[in-house]
Amino acid sequence: MSTIAPDFSQRRPPSLGGFNLTALKVEVRRLTRNRRTVIISIVAPVVFFLLFGLNRAYDSLAEGHGNVAAFVMISLALYGAVIATSFGGAMVSMERAQGWSRQLRLTPLSPVAYVVIKVLTALVLGACSVTAVYVVGAVTNKASMPTGLWVATGVSVWIGSLLFAAFGLFLGYLLPAENVLQLLGIILALLSFAGGLFIPISQFAQGVQDVAKWTPLYGLNQLVHTPLLGNGVDWTWVVNVFAWLIIFSGGAVWRMRKDTARV
Amino acid sequence: MTITRTESGIGPGGATPVAVQLTGIHKNFGPVRAVTGVDLRVTSGEIVAILGPNGAGKTSTIDIILGLSQPTSGRVSVYGMHPRKAITYGLVSAVMQTGGLLKDLTVRETVEYIASLFVHSQPTGEVLAGAGITDIADRRVGKCSGGEQQRLRFALALLSDPELVVLDEPTAGMDVEGRRNFWSAIRKDAEQGRTVLFATHYLEEADAYADRIVLLRQGEIVADGTAAEIKAMAVGRTVRATLADASEATLARIPGADTVEIRGETVLIHANDGDAVARFLLTQTAAKDLEITARGIEDAFIALTSDEAAGTGASR
Repeated sequence: MSTIAPDFSQRRPPSLGGFNLTALKVEVRRLTRNRRTVIISIVAPVVFFLLFGLNRAYDSLAEGHGNVAAFVMISLALYGAVIATSFGGAMVSMERAQGWSRQLRLTPLSPVAYVVIKVLTALVLGACSVTAVYVVGAVTNKASMPTGLWVATGVSVWIGSLLFAAFGLFLGYLLPAENVLQLLGIILALLSFAGGLFIPISQFAQGVQDVAKWTPLYGLNQLVHTPLLGNGVDWTWVVNVFAWLIIFSGGAVWRMRKDTARV
Repeated sequence: MTITRTESGIGPGGATPVAVQLTGIHKNFGPVRAVTGVDLRVTSGEIVAILGPNGAGKTSTIDIILGLSQPTSGRVSVYGMHPRKAITYGLVSAVMQTGGLLKDLTVRETVEYIASLFVHSQPTGEVLAGAGITDIADRRVGKCSGGEQQRLRFALALLSDPELVVLDEPTAGMDVEGRRNFWSAIRKDAEQGRTVLFATHYLEEADAYADRIVLLRQGEIVADGTAAEIKAMAVGRTVRATLADASEATLARIPGADTVEIRGETVLIHANDGDAVARFLLTQTAAKDLEITARGIEDAFIALTSDEAAGTGASR
């Protein structure tokens, strides 16, 4: 037996912990290939807008710098975006169940780079969702607001949906794969009602309103409508968003550490 | 007695680089002691089988080598580095027993994804061709057969052109032909100088494909040698006799005795030279009712690795 001493000089670890665009591209393709995800996060908000945003009264009814149809469009874009980013984050539960996480631990990919890939993937789907609702809003010619506000509100919704990528990751590490998506759909529907995405929370009883203001979509929903309404920012909304961001990302990190612990 | 591999038995002397070095490895899971003091040194270019029954500590040992789990005590190094570091350098890879693949990716996407994580990886097309999965490259992994998935896992393991490939029960669930094809691929690959470490509970598999067999029982190494050496251990005779007040220590000193078992007044001595043991027992001790039986290779494996043997055997 003759052996040649292995030459390690050509070898080195990857930069950025293994983060790269090929992996991101494959992840995005995989997420958008999931028919259920695409229907719930892109088709559903568009259909909701067509059903509820095109009320004849809405286009003539002024709301801040635009009209009510624009207000509804922003709400439904937010709804679609948070579903997209939550689902994107929650994909980790399926990866854990199928042993893919273990496979990845046999590669140079660092846990941080992995999470960055997951979050960016979720944000790509979120962008698709916002774009779809906004394009339909523009094409149907009902939603109206100054051009700058289309951009400002759209970008706010997209960036804001990052909060729910953290939420999805947290649940994805917390829950078993079989039911995480169904559960997420139900939780997000409830949070959307509580956050005032479907009907203004002023329509609820006072006691319900008091509770609703603490829920994670309330502050975000208020903030993304601020450019349209021009009514100024209430600091409690900002506190709401950052508090939930800390809770969700803290929870995700905690569960992830547990999951990847080398016991 | 444990067959200990002498330094002179390994390659061209001390210059051969050490692929894996385990020193005094213990691994506990709560009260369960999965690995109890394993010392193992694998040099570059060897094909080593870790052989043992289920629960012998094979997977625990492999997880430690791969950096997937931390030993409770003891030291582990892979090419002189911490296992995790060796993985980031692409020096080590592994083929998983089951799972480890995403059902909703295609075969090609899976290869592209994993390849993108390494600094140097072989071209996707070559890897697919080498594993014989070019024609199913655009198929979803979930739609591939078990054998095709295993070929994909093997392809993934070779992407970074690793120095060491670790296989944990790689052929579990494969049919005879799949098993044969898999091993001929591994052998061909190992001829290029790659080090291969595999766990198995099939004696024939270890015998046919490994240069060296490490027998594990209840978390410790009970034998370590070439397939021929293990076989020599296996093809001996069992001498059975009735002997009151026998002590393991005395019996183990009988010339030619490999392992000794005492069951009440019955003693069982496994030896290459059964006649010598029989002669000794009849002339030097009060043994009676003597019986000599041939021992099959399977018997030897069972004798070396079974749980009953652990308590009474003098195999250490």
